[in-house]
Amino acid sequence: MKALLVGEYREGKLLETTYELIGFAQQLKAEFELFLVASEDQLPQVEAKLYLADVNEAKEYNPALHKQLILEAAEKAGADTIVFIHSSNGWDLAPRVALALSAAQISEVVEIKEDGYLLPACNAKLRRTVKAATGKQVITLQAGAFMPAEQSGAPQVEKLSITATAQTEFLGYEQAEAGEVDLGKAEIIVSAGRGVGKPENVAMIEALAKALGGEYGASRPVVDAGWAPHDRQVGTTGQTVSPKLYVACGISGAIQHLAGMKKSEFVLAINTDKDAPIGEVADVLVVADIKQFAPALTAKLEG
Amino acid sequence: MNILVCIKQVPDMESRFKVAASGTWFEESDLAWRINEYDEFAIEQAVQLKTEVSGADLTVLSIGPARVKEALKKALAMGCDRAVNLVDEAAHEKDSFQIASAIAAFAKEKNFDLIFTGMQSQDRGSGQVGVLVAEMLGIPALTTAVEFAYADNSVTVRRELEGGLRAAIKASTPALVSCQLGLNTPRYPTLPNIMKAKRKEMLEIPVADLLKEEARLTTLSLAYPEKKGSAQILEGDVADLVDQVIGILKEKTAVL
Ligand SMILES: Cc1cc2nc3c(=O)[nH]c(=O)nc-3n(C[C@H](O)[C@H](O)[C@H](O)COP(=O)(O)OP(=O)(O)OC[C@H]3O[C@@H](n4cnc5c(N)ncnc54)[C@H](O)[C@@H]3O)c2cc1C
Repeated sequence: MKALLVGEYREGKLLETTYELIGFAQQLKAEFELFLVASEDQLPQVEAKLYLADVNEAKEYNPALHKQLILEAAEKAGADTIVFIHSSNGWDLAPRVALALSAAQISEVVEIKEDGYLLPACNAKLRRTVKAATGKQVITLQAGAFMPAEQSGAPQVEKLSITATAQTEFLGYEQAEAGEVDLGKAEIIVSAGRGVGKPENVAMIEALAKALGGEYGASRPVVDAGWAPHDRQVGTTGQTVSPKLYVACGISGAIQHLAGMKKSEFVLAINTDKDAPIGEVADVLVVADIKQFAPALTAKLEG
Repeated sequence: MNILVCIKQVPDMESRFKVAASGTWFEESDLAWRINEYDEFAIEQAVQLKTEVSGADLTVLSIGPARVKEALKKALAMGCDRAVNLVDEAAHEKDSFQIASAIAAFAKEKNFDLIFTGMQSQDRGSGQVGVLVAEMLGIPALTTAVEFAYADNSVTVRRELEGGLRAAIKASTPALVSCQLGLNTPRYPTLPNIMKAKRKEMLEIPVADLLKEEARLTTLSLAYPEKKGSAQILEGDVADLVDQVIGILKEKTAVL
């Protein structure tokens, strides 16, 4: 196997996820080279060949052009496996590259198996093992699933020349406004998930948070529905937290939520579904209706 | 304007899944089915666009067995004009490339100005179909949209990146937009609209008429995850559970 790893770079910085790609290739014991759209002062520390496209010309977002550049690098590297992170960058580019190479795409790999790759299915309640039926393959890795490689050495850089192609115009980045609460500092967080049922019930979770002396948080659907403000959202597209106690109320435990709270010291989950994937990170899973359990616990704590 | 929205019907994720005898998929009987969550945002955006632009026509498409007509009916009741079921009893055996090939073959000469899809499905989560359809049709794909605007043959989308960052991007039509959670607030079909939907066209096309491609991905097995967690599971009467939890918090954490 010969892999081409597509590194990540954003707002002028190399992203740490790039080292997860290298960690994956090392775990596979695969020969590898890298591709990156970046500036020359942001290269990964690795002893390997690196195909570099200058970000000033190729721009941070231009999938039609980046696809062409990746195909060129893959050809030069003689790569049969192209690897991305399953991120906003990876899931946008990988299918374009896969189609151009007539290759199978294997999305969101969490583990390497003897005969193939392991992927989550049905909100991680199940696991699917798959393999490519094609000579070439495109793989995306679940963020955080592979140990990042150690940072050492310097790449041998080959610069790619750029011919303009664009289907989409990049207008700029926007950062979500900082909210009032910094959940990152909270020692106790009680979060409401879709299982609370309706907007009024978020107050129940807030009351429990108060009784425990902590802050309340929320999963994404609760925020998307406008039941809680965005600064309360925990997860990959919200805040990353590591409190002493995290209480997940009616939260299934999707990977994007877990990524934001799995470093909590103690996790208590309340869920009607005994098989909910939150059980993977919880210390205690209480099988109960949150609408009954939360007020009862609050009353006991206050009483 | 000619609009297409592609949807998938998926099992309710709170279901108890059983691995089927084939060992490569789950048992489909006894499951409750619904529209893939991401696709509900796609339908809503397509319906909103249709109302903004006069004379727009909106087709909703789904690949699968007879049960997917329920999902299509809901989409019609939400405001789509006609439904197309690419009938396939073995849709779950197709990979993303085949699903996209069938959709692209259907869309090829129909000149859709805009195609909406969800960014991924809840059961497989591959996140490939939308981008593949766009690439097959040679039109731009704008993925992971959390904001959408259309004006004068061009679409502007805010795509969601990690950690609260968004990127504003723009393309001219024809184009495909893949929709992320929170893009809008999907409507609930009203009773009069559910009645009206019954009279709307529901076209059936055997998938074999459109799909000539072999799968590129082989599923070897489907299984339960090896239990990594060691969660203590508490069940029973709520009052007892409360006492137990307080006991555990006192013993194992420093918060009480
Ligand atoms: C790119 C991307 C980024 C994302 N970013 C985030 C993020 O930052 N944060 C985030 O949270 N999600 C994020 N998501 C969404 C994520 O995939 C899940 O959809 C989401 O976390 C689910 O939220 P939930 O657990 O509240 O809802 P659900 O998955 O619907 O789960 C509800 C749970 O409540 C339980 N329940 C139902 N009724 C009751 C009751 N009466 N009592 C107790 N339990 C009950 C159910 O058994 C179920 O387990 C992202 C998704 C994508 C694709």
